[in-house]
Amino acid sequence: MHEMSLAEGVLQLLEDAAGRENFRRVTTVWIEIGRLSGVEPEAMAFCFDAVTRGSIAEGARLEIISVPGTGHCLECGRDTELEAVYDSCSHCGAVPVQVTGGTEMRVKELEVD
Amino acid sequence: MCGTCGCGDGETRIEGDELHEHGHTHADGTTHHHPHDHAHDRGQAHDHGHAYMPAHSHAPGVPKRRMVQIEQDILAKNNAYAEENRKLFAERGIFALNLVSSPGSGKTSLLVKTIEALHGTARVAVIEGDQQTSQDAERIRATGAPAVQINTGKGCHLDAHMVGHALEKLELADDGLLMIENVGNLVCPAAFDLGEAHKVVILSVTEGEDKPIKYPDMFRAARLMLLNKCDLLPYLSFSVPRAIEYARRVNPGIEVIQMSSTTGEGMDAWLAWIARGAAEAKGQRIETVASLKRRIAELEQRLAQAAG
Repeated sequence: MHEMSLAEGVLQLLEDAAGRENFRRVTTVWIEIGRLSGVEPEAMAFCFDAVTRGSIAEGARLEIISVPGTGHCLECGRDTELEAVYDSCSHCGAVPVQVTGGTEMRVKELEVD
Repeated sequence: MCGTCGCGDGETRIEGDELHEHGHTHADGTTHHHPHDHAHDRGQAHDHGHAYMPAHSHAPGVPKRRMVQIEQDILAKNNAYAEENRKLFAERGIFALNLVSSPGSGKTSLLVKTIEALHGTARVAVIEGDQQTSQDAERIRATGAPAVQINTGKGCHLDAHMVGHALEKLELADDGLLMIENVGNLVCPAAFDLGEAHKVVILSVTEGEDKPIKYPDMFRAARLMLLNKCDLLPYLSFSVPRAIEYARRVNPGIEVIQMSSTTGEGMDAWLAWIARGAAEAKGQRIETVASLKRRIAELEQRLAQAAG
């Protein structure tokens, strides 16, 4: 359940941004979660609601943008989609595939008051 | 998490540290309980935005609703603390390892045996992470090595900030080793950089050989896999080649050492691996000191020229 720590990380970024950008309330948060990041979007949403209670983001909508996993096949040199980090290349079936995307966890943008 | 820097909900306890306090009372009598940032000197230097401001008191010219671009990694705070720890390790030539595994893989026994084997050749300090009790730190201290216990309470992993505080309480030797035994958990600790040189994942052969593909993030994050309790292989159906194949499927570069801390099998290979890393950390520190000295000499020369 490290989603709780991640949700706290999101809240910290929001609080830091509030000081910098001069806003008092966050109404929507867009975060990018890669499908290979090991983060469960439902757990993330649950934890976000819990940690933002009593904060500048209380009641804010959390929009999770799911980023597909991508990799580069070392065997055939082509790019391939990955559902898991150990998936084989969808073109030639080779393993391992070098992961190139889908591990991110980023706060992208906010709608604020 | 500790009230000094406030990254959590007050569950974490670091041994020997009773000063952490959450929440504070303002002059008007209202008591706040919220995460906040302030200086680590336990001074009064608070720096935090309060959650509640009067509603509808917008500054002139600021539109009521607007978008703010953030584009920041959710783990940015943790990563910044990790970089601080890493800098400290680099300055002091400390080779730091983050030991991760499921509960019961034999991490603490392995650590005790490792410290005993290194006795007289390397100075080892240990940070122990568990949800509750300081039993592990006590086991380590019985070997004579300094150890600090972090209890994460409900937390499922160590983070770089907790480790930073534990480091303040540890007697660290220059060019020594730091072993951080993470909370037994094959999921969460994978995401949190503590500033270590490497993560070392311990998989005991009494577990399933398919753990590397069941918990790929951890095996992907690790530099070395220790296959522990290999003395029990004759009694089990665990396939070592398959476990290694699974580990390399998620992490082609992972190194593997088969060992048993009970019989001592593989101990030499593990100690040699540590010695290589420690020598590298020491070499880098010496190189850094040498280059700083060169730089000082250059600057002094220029200063003398300019003054003359």
